[in-house]
Amino acid sequence: MNNTDRSILLIEDNPMDVDLTRRAFARRKVINPFQVARDGEEALAFLGKWEAGEALPVVILLDINLPKVNGLEILHQFKTHPLSQKVPVIILTTSDEDRDIQVAYEQGANSYIVKPVDFEKFVDVAAQIDLYWNVINIPPR
Amino acid sequence: MCDPIRPILLVEDNPMDVDLTKRAFARRKVVNPIEVARDGEEALDFFKQSEGRILLPIVILLDLKLPKVDGLEVLRYLKTHPRFHVVPVVVLSTSSEDSDIQVAYREGANSYIAKPVDFDRFIQVVDQMRIYWCILNKPPR
Repeated sequence: MNNTDRSILLIEDNPMDVDLTRRAFARRKVINPFQVARDGEEALAFLGKWEAGEALPVVILLDINLPKVNGLEILHQFKTHPLSQKVPVIILTTSDEDRDIQVAYEQGANSYIVKPVDFEKFVDVAAQIDLYWNVINIPPR
Repeated sequence: MCDPIRPILLVEDNPMDVDLTKRAFARRKVVNPIEVARDGEEALDFFKQSEGRILLPIVILLDLKLPKVDGLEVLRYLKTHPRFHVVPVVVLSTSSEDSDIQVAYREGANSYIAKPVDFDRFIQVVDQMRIYWCILNKPPR
């Protein structure tokens, strides 16, 4: 089962990482439209769009080191909002600090993935994320 | 890469599915021990008897239709428990009904997977889960 008509929401402030993520997914022929929020404020603005009836993303990829509003705060907001509460949120970050991992799960993260620094490895990880969340996992409507 | 001594907990009453899952994992040399609970009561016992002393599973694969105590109740117990709520729970179900999917996510399931009926496909899906939850995902401590 594919959910390729639904978007993937990427919340990431580093333009290079946004670009790398897009390229890594494109390399695997992931054809879902990408939506990008570049800081916490932009991310929270999506709540308003969903309230206005815009389709929920199939999965949210969330960096936790963000300017303006911290990623873990966004996670909390998303996971306590009736609309976005059910949408899978994958933490995709360079931090492998125990504390971040623990807090992320406490706040309801569905999964926590440490971003590889090496691009080729990142392409592999992107492929696995796509395969898991876009093909075998069934997202809520 | 996750801690190889922490178990994977499989909560599944169908002996054939238990066997298939174990075999799919064994084929790939998954070193984490697989603990099996054959109904909801055994699953609850796994957590209740050992109190604070158990090694937390890196992931729980939870069938929804279980004898004695059903899967949703096990999910509720885990996701409202002060220590266990952080452990990733993948719901495995034969149902792809919207209402079942919504309820599972609302109760805090990390992922929802429809069990394939076809043997080869089943092996593929289990293999994908193994890669994702045993290699890619960082579990909480």
